[in-house]
This record gives sequence, C-alpha cells and structure tokens, in this order.
Amino acid sequence: MKINDVILKTVVQFVVFIILTIAIYLFFAGHYTPGGGFVAGLVLASAAILLYITYDTEKVKNGLPIDFKVVAAIGVALAITTGIVPTLFGKPFLDMSSTSVHFPLIGEKEIATVMLFELGVALTVVGVVMTIILSISEGRDD
Amino acid sequence: MVCLIGIFVVVATYLLLSKNLIRIILGTALLSHAVHLLILTIGEVKKGDVPLLKETPGPYTDALPQALILTAIVISFAVTAFLLVLAYRVYATNKTDNVEKLRGDEYE
Amino acid sequence: MITKWAILLPFFMAILIPILHTRIRKFHLGWVALAVPFILFIALLRFLPQIASGDTISHSWRWIPSYNLTFTTYLDGLSMLFALLITGIGTLVILYSIFYLSKKEALHKFYCYLLLFMTAMLGVVFSDHLIMLYFFWELTSIASFLLIAFWHHRKASRRGAQKSMLITVTGGIIMLMGFLILAHEMDSYSIRTIISTISIENLNRPLYLAMLFVLLGAFTKSAQFPFHIWLPDAMEAPTPVSAYLHSATMVKAGIYIVARFTPIFAYNLSWFWIVSIVGLITLFWGSFNAIKQNDLKALLAFSTVSQLGLIMSLLGMGSVVYATTGEITDVIYTQATFAALFHLVNHSTFKGALFMMVGILDHEVGTRDLRRLGGLITIMPITFSIALIGGFSMAGLPLFNGFLSKEMFFEATLAIQEMNVHSWIVLFPVIAWVASVFTFVYCFILVFKTFFGSADKLPTDRKIHEAPIGMLMSPVILAVSIIFIFFFPNILGKFVIGSAMQSVYPTVQPFEQMTPTIAAWHGFNTALFMTIGVIVFGIILYLSWPKWNRIYNRLPEKWTLNYLYNQLLEEAEIVGKFVTDLYMTGSVRHYLMYIYVFFIFIVGGYFIQSHIFAIDLEDQAPVEWFEILLMFVMAGAAIFLLFAKSRLTAVVSNGVLGLGVAMLFVVFRAPDLALTQLVVESVTTVLFLLSFAYLPEWSKEQKSKATKSMNLLISLTAGALVMAISFTVLNYSEFKTISGFFENAYELAGGANIVNTILGDFRAFDTMLEVVVLLVAGLGVYTLIKFRARKGQKKYED
Repeated sequence: MKINDVILKTVVQFVVFIILTIAIYLFFAGHYTPGGGFVAGLVLASAAILLYITYDTEKVKNGLPIDFKVVAAIGVALAITTGIVPTLFGKPFLDMSSTSVHFPLIGEKEIATVMLFELGVALTVVGVVMTIILSISEGRDD
Repeated sequence: MVCLIGIFVVVATYLLLSKNLIRIILGTALLSHAVHLLILTIGEVKKGDVPLLKETPGPYTDALPQALILTAIVISFAVTAFLLVLAYRVYATNKTDNVEKLRGDEYE
Repeated sequence: MITKWAILLPFFMAILIPILHTRIRKFHLGWVALAVPFILFIALLRFLPQIASGDTISHSWRWIPSYNLTFTTYLDGLSMLFALLITGIGTLVILYSIFYLSKKEALHKFYCYLLLFMTAMLGVVFSDHLIMLYFFWELTSIASFLLIAFWHHRKASRRGAQKSMLITVTGGIIMLMGFLILAHEMDSYSIRTIISTISIENLNRPLYLAMLFVLLGAFTKSAQFPFHIWLPDAMEAPTPVSAYLHSATMVKAGIYIVARFTPIFAYNLSWFWIVSIVGLITLFWGSFNAIKQNDLKALLAFSTVSQLGLIMSLLGMGSVVYATTGEITDVIYTQATFAALFHLVNHSTFKGALFMMVGILDHEVGTRDLRRLGGLITIMPITFSIALIGGFSMAGLPLFNGFLSKEMFFEATLAIQEMNVHSWIVLFPVIAWVASVFTFVYCFILVFKTFFGSADKLPTDRKIHEAPIGMLMSPVILAVSIIFIFFFPNILGKFVIGSAMQSVYPTVQPFEQMTPTIAAWHGFNTALFMTIGVIVFGIILYLSWPKWNRIYNRLPEKWTLNYLYNQLLEEAEIVGKFVTDLYMTGSVRHYLMYIYVFFIFIVGGYFIQSHIFAIDLEDQAPVEWFEILLMFVMAGAAIFLLFAKSRLTAVVSNGVLGLGVAMLFVVFRAPDLALTQLVVESVTTVLFLLSFAYLPEWSKEQKSKATKSMNLLISLTAGALVMAISFTVLNYSEFKTISGFFENAYELAGGANIVNTILGDFRAFDTMLEVVVLLVAGLGVYTLIKFRARKGQKKYED
C-alpha cells in the first residue's frame, strides 16, 4: 500500500507544529481555562500519530528517537514524586502549593506544584498512547 | 436525554451479549459513553455556568461529576485499547473471534 | 510486659530465621531458635513466686482503637502453667530437633513454623480478649498444618495436614460463633470481665448454645472422640513436632479452653456431663485402639488421645461443684481439677520422653514398626531406660509421676459418686478402670516388644548403635523429671498448680486450701486396690494378647470414623465439581448474563419494593432544538451500530457517537470534557482501524431465535432500569451537592478551572492512581504484543 500523498505530507509538516503549539497552550491554560495535563497529553499524542500516519514508522523513529515506555514511566514517577515531596515537609500526601512569580515578559503569573503534577500526567498520557499505537502497528511485522 | 442513555444501554448490552469479539469491545465503549452521560445527567447539568471561576460569574454547574468523567474517559480509553489488543492476541493464538468457540475444555 | 514480649519474641524470631538462614552456614539453625524458648522459660520462672502468691499480671495495649480492640494479655496461674509447659518442652524439643534434623532439611521453614506456633500458643494462653484468643487459636491450627506437611513430598503428610486443618479449623470457627454469642450475651469480650459478672442467674438458651460451640472447638483441638481421627494422621510430621504440638502443647489448648471457661459455663450441669462423658469415652476408645497399632507413633498417638480424654474427664468432674450446691471449698470435688492439671504436666513429661524415644528408634534403627523391632535392650540401653521410665509412668506404676495422678484420677471417679447427681455415675470408675487396664497393656507392648525378643527382623542396611549424646539429652532430662516429680510432687503442686487452681475457681478465697498435699502412699484405699487390679489384669491381658487380638477385625471398615471422613470429603468434591460446572460454563455470554440478571433483579427489585421510582420533568433545564437534533442523530447512530454490516461502518458510527457525546458535553457546560472526549475519540478510532488489520472481518451473527430474544429482553430491561434510575435520582434531593465546597478553588488551590483543580489538587490521589492504571494498561498492551512463548518453551495452550 504505497500512497504518495504529497499534499498530506506538506500540510502535515505545518499542522503538526500548530497542534504542538495548541498542546502547550492547553497545558498552561489548564489552570484557569479549559485544558490541562490530560488534554495536552492527548493532543501531543495525536500530533505524533499524525506524523506516523503520514510518514512511515521507520522515518519518524529516526527523527524522533524516543522510547515512549520510558516517557510514560517518567510521567508516573513525576506524578508520584510530587505527591511524596510534601510529606517530607510534614504536609499531607499530594499537597499542592503555589506562589506568584513575576516573569519578565508575560508579567505576573502563578506558578504551582500542580504544574509538575500535570506535567507528569501529560507525559504519562503521551507515553501510554504512543506505546499502545506503536505496539499495535509494529505487531504486524512478526 | 435520559431516553438517549437508555438507548445507549440497550444497544451496548445487546452488543456485549453477542459472540463477536469486536462487537463486545464496541459494546464496552458504548457502555462507557452511556455511563459518562448518565453521571453528567444525574449531576444536575445545565443549571449554571461553566465552572471556570474567573471567566464566568456563576453559579456554576457541578464540577465534581465533570472531574470524575474526565478520569473515566481516559480510563475507558485505556480499557478499550487493552481489550482490542487482547482480542488481537486471542485471534492470533486461537484463530477465531467467536467467544463461543473460546470456551476451553473441561479441565481448565 | 512479660506476656507481650513472650508473644512477640518468637514471632520476630520466626521472621528473622528465614533471613538468617542464608547467612548461617557454619552451625545448625536450631541453636538460634533454641534461645527463644529458653530465655522465655527463665523469664517466666522469675515471675513464678509472684504468681504463686495469687497475684496476676496484665498488660493492655491498644491495637485497633477504632474497633475497641485492645490487645490485653493476662498472666495468672493457669496461663503460667501452660506457658511454662510451652516454653519448657519447647526448649527441650528444639534441642532434640537440632540432632534429629540434618542440616540438609529446610530448617529455616521448620524453625519459622515452630516459632510461629510458639507465638500462637503463648497468645492463646495469655489472651484476655475473646477475639484475640480466637485469632491465636487459628494460628496454632495453621502452624500445625504447615508442620505436619513439612515433608510435603509425601502424600500421607499432605493428607494428614489437610485432615487436621479441616477438623481443627471447623471446630475453631464453631468456637468463634460460641465466643460471639457469649460476648453478645455478656456484653463484653474480656474473659475476666465475663467471669466476674456471670452467675447462676445468667443461665439461658443462647449461653447454652455458646457452651456447646465452645466445647466443640475445644474437643476438635484436643482430639476428643469422635474428632480424634486427625491426631494419628498428624503423626506424619517430624517427630519433634509430634512430641511438641501433638502431645505436649497444641492438643492441650482444648484442655486450656475447658479449664478457662469452667467458671463461665459450669453453672450448667450439662457442662459436667458433656465434658466428663466425652472425656471418658475418649479415654476408653483411645486406649482400646492403641493396642492394635503396629506403628509406634500411631500407638503413641492413640495413647495421647486417651490421656487427653482422661484429663478432660477430670476437668469435667472438677466442674460439678459449680452446678450443684456442694461446698466449693470441699477438697474432694476440686481435687479432680487438681488431678487434671497435675496429670497435664505429667503427661507432657512422659509423652514427650516417649515420642523422643520413638524418634531415636526411627533415626537409628530405621523403622517404627513393632513387628520388626525387638531385642534392642543390649544395643540401646539408655533409650531403653527412657522407654521404661516413660512407659511405666504412663501405665501408672509407682516410682513414676503417672502413678500419682492416676491414683488421684481413681479417687476422683470414686468421690464423684457422693454427688448423687445420677445413678449412672457408677459407671465412671468402671470405665476408668477398664481403660487403665488397656493403657497398661499398650505401655507394656511399647516397652517390651520393642526392646526384648528377637532382633532378627531389624533392618540390616545399617549398623545400629546408641543415639548420640545430644539426641539423648532432652529425653533424659524429661525422664529425670518424671522421677523427680514422683518424689517431690508438692513443689509442683504448691508453686504452679495451686495458683492455676485459682483460675478455675476464682471465687474461692484463700485458694491455698484447695491445694491438696500429694502423697505417694495413702494407705490401703479403694484407689490402690484398683491400681493393683489394673496391674494384675493388665499382665494377664498382655500375655494372652495373641489370643484376643482378633476382636479388632470385628469392626467392619465401613463403620470407622475415618471411612466416614473420607466419604464426606469425596462427596464434597463431587458435589462441588457438579455445582461449579453448572454455572462455570466458560462462555463470556453466560457470565455477562449473570451480571445483568443479578443487576436487574437486585436493583429493579429494590425499586419495586421501595416505591422510590418517580418521573418529574418539571425541574428540568430547557432543551434546545439543536440538542434534540443531536440526540436523534446519536440515537440513530447507536441503532445503526447494531445492524452494521461491516466493521468499518460500525467503527464510523461509533466515532459519530463519540463526537456526539463531545458535543453534548459542550452543551452541558463541560468544556474540559468536550476537549478530552474529542481527542480521545479520534485516537480510539485510529486504534480500532489499526487493530482491524489483524482481526478478521466480522461474520454475520448466527443465533437462534431464543438467544436473540433473550438478549433483546435483557438489554431492554437493563436500558429501562437505567432510565428509571436516572429519573429517580434526578428527583431525589435528600443529599445536598458537595460541589459548593470546590468553589473556593482559587483560594485553596490557586486555580480558576474548578474541574482541573479537583483533578490536580482536591482529588489528586485519584488522578495519580489513574495515571498508574494508564501505565499498567500501556505495559499490558506492550507485553501482549511483544512477548510470546519462546521457542522450545512449553506453551500453556488449552
């Protein structure tokens, strides 16, 4: 099944970056407006899936040499660690804290440990979704 | 709305009771849709604003069911994926996707 | 404090021993284990004067405060007596086992179980709380199970272990019921509190039932007739275990329970009848059956059964003072209990010595079969001496401690005549005497058939010699103590048994007057004549044994209790398999149907029964036209899904459904959900399409009409029920919504998106575990695809 879809390939090159931007936006927006770790992770994963569909698996693998199982594991570890760290300070498990920091360009912004937790969630989602999709698509070979 | 959920449940149950593995998996997916809608419906929906504190004045709709469903969506995705792969593996090993033929023999 | 540490020390050692096992190679692991009972024995001895003066020590430790479960340990005379036995015999047995078991055996397991047993046994005698007592009680059964099955490669070991487990645990659970009834009636779980509040006025039906249940538990554990059948089979355990668990300690837990609960239940005269009659039957049946055994250990097992019956019947006779108006201070009646406790100690000494002696024979000669043994007196003189002392003590001959307690037993059966409770009581001394004659016979068989006669049939594959000194140490200590107790019985009586008596008769003050002075010579009384009669008839029966041993063949195989037990077990297996096969059909459809049918019946039944169902559309939010349109589209897609001819159309309609749900989420003011649903749906569709590459196109369903209509019926009912539930819940306003508590999200969690703050902060635990679930699913998928049975490896198919 060899479909030489030039239009798709060209469009995807741009679209992927747009999707990535959306993912990052959603991730940071999650605190105040719709978005968050889950969605960001899923959108990120769908961007990657689009790449895999358009180009073939080997090519993307060369350009994106990431083991997604490891990504998922790091995500879970991160989520759990952010949970455990507060207990070291005598706070309840998974206690979150936040503080306002003034960034040079964007201005006053809230920065919170929830961010780390959400990052863990996002990484896990990306890792797991990609692991599943890739394992299934590679299953054909053997 | 409630009727829609009812239809979903009927279809999902019927699919679940069939013999074909893919039908069963579709049934579980449909059943989880039904449950999500059910939780949302019985959680007194549409009676308030979007639960975003700074954007809308309130009163807000119940945010807790939404959070629960969000979790459920992701989990049901994982379950569907797992079931699909399980079906694939079953087919690869047993060369059938008919669950009635997968009953195993007596001493299992 | 001593009691708590006494329970915990063996437990910690039991944990430590398997860890030490890999480190210690140079010396036998038993030396480490030996320290535990030895230290405890010495520590307990230090408290002996205090306990002997009538004091008690108790220590409370809050275990599960929310259930009001306190770990109360309690040390009084009775506990002290048992604790000294457990630790004392425990020390000797472990010492013996060091030489009995070679270093090649799985020693870490052996000592782990043994110490676990010690914990459990000490827990039983120290616990004041009924539930704690039950807990430790069952732990002894489990430890015993593990120890009997120690050589688990043997079939007989496994069967014996299973048998003992089944019988004792069944008894234990029945006893738990008794405890619960008792605690409910007396409104307390503390044994001491119950004893102090109970009186003759409390006699009622539930307590009667509780009494029966507790007795059943005690009888199964102490191998009383007809539950004794597990004990001979338990002899498959290594001999140190037999000596320790199945003669000296665990089987005496039932005796302990009876002694401990005498002040609670003995107001009822039935207690006296049941305990003493069951005891006497067991005494007779055990001694009668011991004679026909060819295996030395089986002989000892039946003799243990018989001796336990003796102690049990003595306890029964001692309890009669509670139910009758007899003066409790009258020594005649309490003497039976004294004799029981005295014989308890004596039995542990001589039976322990005899078991160790048999273990030595097994170890050095290689057989325990009486038909092959003989003429060992010249080869193994020390072993012979041990057998002689132990055997004659068991037979109740003078110069050995068994004589003293046997005499007291006869006296008690005679004294009970004066109670005038029933005319049948005349039979008590008769049964006692007959059983004693049999006891005498099997003791003689044990001693003389083994060590005298011809040595022709002994195994010739090894050179038989006297056992090594280490192995002889423990039985010699026990043999010496047998003689020591005969000459100085009152030391034991005053310091240990006297205070234990106080636990059985807590109302008597001062308790010292209950302690009789034990004397070997009472002049020519009836008891002495009975003993002389036993000796005369015993010798006659022993000599004429070949002439009358055929009576054992008279009992048909089908009438034995073992046959009954085996039949029961077999039947249970057949019925179990039949029932399981009925519903475990292996068909997913059936299993799903069970779930649905149960769901429909239970939830639907509740709805019908409670009249809770109501439809009220008043309070609903207005429905816009596009919502209705959307719903119609979705309903159509769902129904289309049912009739989809190809899987591709099915997946497409599933996608339509998913997107529709996402749209509904938007309508329902849930933007987060909509977003997530949208993306998830796309990914799911990709997933389905991908996996289709490996799955066959679906074939048309071929189902009979009945199946189809059945499926339709179930699905329609389920759908209707869910609708009913949602309508009802919509109209239900009993509970307030808790969402208001999340609206201070900004102050507490620093986020304005309530849904996300719930996920990331308020209920972050859910989210964290969800992430873990995701990871597990991902890894599951990965392994399912990537890993298969390697070539050459056995495939576990079908």
